[in-house]
Amino acid sequence: MQTIAWQISLVLMTLVAFGFAFVAINSGRREEDYSPLQKKAYRLRTRLFWGLVLVFGPAMLYTLLELPYDAVRSRGGAGAAQVVHATGYQWRWELSQDHVAVNEPVEFHVTSADVNHGFGIYDADLHLVAQTQAMPGYTNTLRHTFTKAGTYKVLCMEYCGIAHHNMLTEIRVGAQ
Amino acid sequence: MATYTYEHIPDQGAKAGVLAYLVTSAAVLLLMMVFGLLMRLEQAQWISIGANRFYELMTLHGAGMVGIAAIAGASVMWHFLRQYVALSSRIFVANLVLFLAGVVMILGSVLLGHFHGAWTFLYPLPGNSMGMWSPGAAALFMGGLLVIGVGFLLLHLDVARAIIARYGNFSRALGWPQLFGHDDGKAPPPTVVASAMVTVVNVIGLVVGASILTMMLVNLYVPGFDIDPLLAKGMIYFFGHIFINATIYMAVIAVYEILPRYTQRPWKSNKVFLASWTASTLMVMFIFPHHLLMDFAFPKWMLIMGHVIGYLNTVPILVVTGYGALMIVYRSGIRWDMASKLLFLSLFGWAAGAMPAFIDGTITVNYVMHNTLWVPGHFHTYLLLGMVTMLFGFMYYLGKPDHEADDHLIDRIAFWLFTSSTLGFTLSFLYSGKESVARRYAAHLPEWVPYDRIASVFAVLVIASSLVFMLRFFARIGLARHDYQRAPVARSAIA
Repeated sequence: MQTIAWQISLVLMTLVAFGFAFVAINSGRREEDYSPLQKKAYRLRTRLFWGLVLVFGPAMLYTLLELPYDAVRSRGGAGAAQVVHATGYQWRWELSQDHVAVNEPVEFHVTSADVNHGFGIYDADLHLVAQTQAMPGYTNTLRHTFTKAGTYKVLCMEYCGIAHHNMLTEIRVGAQ
Repeated sequence: MATYTYEHIPDQGAKAGVLAYLVTSAAVLLLMMVFGLLMRLEQAQWISIGANRFYELMTLHGAGMVGIAAIAGASVMWHFLRQYVALSSRIFVANLVLFLAGVVMILGSVLLGHFHGAWTFLYPLPGNSMGMWSPGAAALFMGGLLVIGVGFLLLHLDVARAIIARYGNFSRALGWPQLFGHDDGKAPPPTVVASAMVTVVNVIGLVVGASILTMMLVNLYVPGFDIDPLLAKGMIYFFGHIFINATIYMAVIAVYEILPRYTQRPWKSNKVFLASWTASTLMVMFIFPHHLLMDFAFPKWMLIMGHVIGYLNTVPILVVTGYGALMIVYRSGIRWDMASKLLFLSLFGWAAGAMPAFIDGTITVNYVMHNTLWVPGHFHTYLLLGMVTMLFGFMYYLGKPDHEADDHLIDRIAFWLFTSSTLGFTLSFLYSGKESVARRYAAHLPEWVPYDRIASVFAVLVIASSLVFMLRFFARIGLARHDYQRAPVARSAIA
């Protein structure tokens, strides 16, 4: 997902850059009568608008199909969800268990005992695979199915004070 | 459909108050840039200042940058808006005085009281420091923000008074009779429309911000006065999102006012322009749940609303303001100088930064990118290469010795250095976000350090080029007060 976001951003930013560069290059020679230019530009703007609607509209809707809030998420694996209770403290994590089975859904019940924290799960390559906020007074349910065995890190994703960057723990994912 | 022709408005010098705002902005901006560099150097492991100092600098950097962005934006808005409505100089100066008083309180809180709860002051962190700072230090910080907020509220109320005095009400100032009825070509100019929009949203945002600050101040000393953390978070992001975005909406007035003077082409409030500003008025207030996408307990319909508005919000930026600049510059014969180049660049920065921003607001993307360096990646693009670049363009415009004056070689070099290094700097943030580097970390994992080192080099170059812009402005500040033609006349095709 991160790579796709990066590539799409680069493409879109480059297209914007091309638009500005094209106009800057073609700015030197003045067209005295602005009206015909304006009319052409307005027509092009209408096309640009509908182009954006046609591209961004479906993308906006498609990305709503699978939300992390939906209960059906990660129910594809066999067996009942494993439940892990995770509580954030300044500045440590307390997990009800630190090992889970691979390819089986896990339900993390995430909360905080003091201030806002962020419960971010990183894989062995240090890529963020899932997260939710850990808030005092609320329990956020994060559902995730680990498809690779190994040791995952849990990092804090919400600034919580002086040792925020040291607030980490590990989850071992293996065969049951 | 109304037709529009260019009407020349003479270039005006800046009032002393505007210059005081700009000097304050430049000085604080430079200091905050240095603080930002120190943070990157610490993460790059090239210096060692420790976590305590790092988070103090982070708190100052955030509060300081948001504050001066607002001060700089207000100076642009006030300078041009006074062409159309009668504004109070006293209120304008009072806002700066309150701002400086708030800055002193914040500096005292952080440097003497060691408060480092971040500028976002998320409840209940300011009151839960684990002994790292006192309730007094937290109260001083939040009190400082409150004082600054009161100043801006006063300023916006004065703008509201002046707009109502001239246009009768806000619906006329936003051009609704022309938007929803016959466009007679008599809608208020873009500066008035933008100022009306900013006033509406900032008054609401500031009241919500002041409310949560007051609630948290009471809670500091009366813990029994309990606050719902999710409600507090929602209120903080509602205020914070509106306030920082309003800085761009104020600063872009420089583009609306100055580029037409350079191209001798109109930038008028037609139906599309008015529709986009009315839409932005609503969207900037209802988009804030996109800051809470990882708060699963927040109402789901509001989170989806944040996602949807994130996409819609790009349309006015790209199709109206960004495209509008391209329209009036294309085959205009514009004579490029530092002011026009920076203003043109600033719209690229705003439009380009909006791309990774709306992608971040996509819920499934946010799930793996929220609170990574992707976030400072996109907001540095539209704030540094957008809003701050508008400010630099405005400074060069005010200080231009005469309309035919050529730029010095060093300014031209600084322009390209600034453009390339800012892009390098923001792309380093974005790439780090792609690599899942968490934000607001005093110490980075060894795997992340190479990105920090690259970003640090770019940050040095950004500061060096910005320093040239600021020094040039200070050197020409005497010229900035006078009324004379600054914008060069565009080349003619006939000549």
